[in-house]
Amino acid sequence: MKLDCKHVWEHISEYIDGSVDAQLREDIERHLEHCEICSAILDSTRNILVLTADDRTFELPVGYSKRLHERLKEEIDKSN
Amino acid sequence: MKPAVDTNEAELIARIVGGEKELFHDLIRPYERMVYLTLFSIVKNETEAEDGAQETVISAYRHLASFRAEAKFSTWLTTIAINEGRKRLRKAKGAAEESIDEQVEGQEGDYTPAPLTDWREIPLEALERKELREALQAAVAELPDIYRQVFTLRDLEEFNVEETAQALGLSANVVKVRLHRARLMLQKRLVPFLKTAAPARRGFFGRWL
Repeated sequence: MKLDCKHVWEHISEYIDGSVDAQLREDIERHLEHCEICSAILDSTRNILVLTADDRTFELPVGYSKRLHERLKEEIDKSN
Repeated sequence: MKPAVDTNEAELIARIVGGEKELFHDLIRPYERMVYLTLFSIVKNETEAEDGAQETVISAYRHLASFRAEAKFSTWLTTIAINEGRKRLRKAKGAAEESIDEQVEGQEGDYTPAPLTDWREIPLEALERKELREALQAAVAELPDIYRQVFTLRDLEEFNVEETAQALGLSANVVKVRLHRARLMLQKRLVPFLKTAAPARRGFFGRWL
């Protein structure tokens, strides 16, 4: 089936997750071969997800782990 | 997402419940980040998120004996974190405010991506830029709550769809819809920034890449 851009956008998230069926995947890939706009949207969305999963993007407060384990130690000591 | 209750983790839990309480430090260590980020996605405040993360870990410690091995420890822990976050949010908003659980997504809305024509890909160097990370943090913080929570579990903490659904008490389908919308909202928000982060350059045949 020939897909238009809007149809591809509707499935872009599931496509990234690999949860579209084989036929739809093939249709999307055929569309992507000739559509620069959809290819760019796909690349940019993927890159955002790569960046999101990078530990340096969402950092923890300095000293968080230390304070957490101190608090936990108090609790464990209390229950001993 | 950390591995499912593997034999080591199951053994660790059994030993802690059996009395080797100090081992709880080791059990929780791989999940510290996940707990904080879950809290932060709900309360959106560093101090509140840290306090909530501590409460979550203490609560998990106190209730570890009630953990059933058929569930994943990470999902169980996240459920505690979500409840803690919601409790804090309700407290902060006050009883007069409408319940946070009532917020639902509309059926219609503009969830289309922003089209790009002048670049194919964010160059790796651009992904290294601090400004881009900050822009992404801000964009995630500005997502409506229901989208941010799904996005955080799924794409930041890398839970799968079923685990995300279970932790948030949603159907798998709702998780997919919200995730899709969240991703496209972020794509749209970040495109103008990405364009400046990735200056156009001439490619083969004089075409602007």
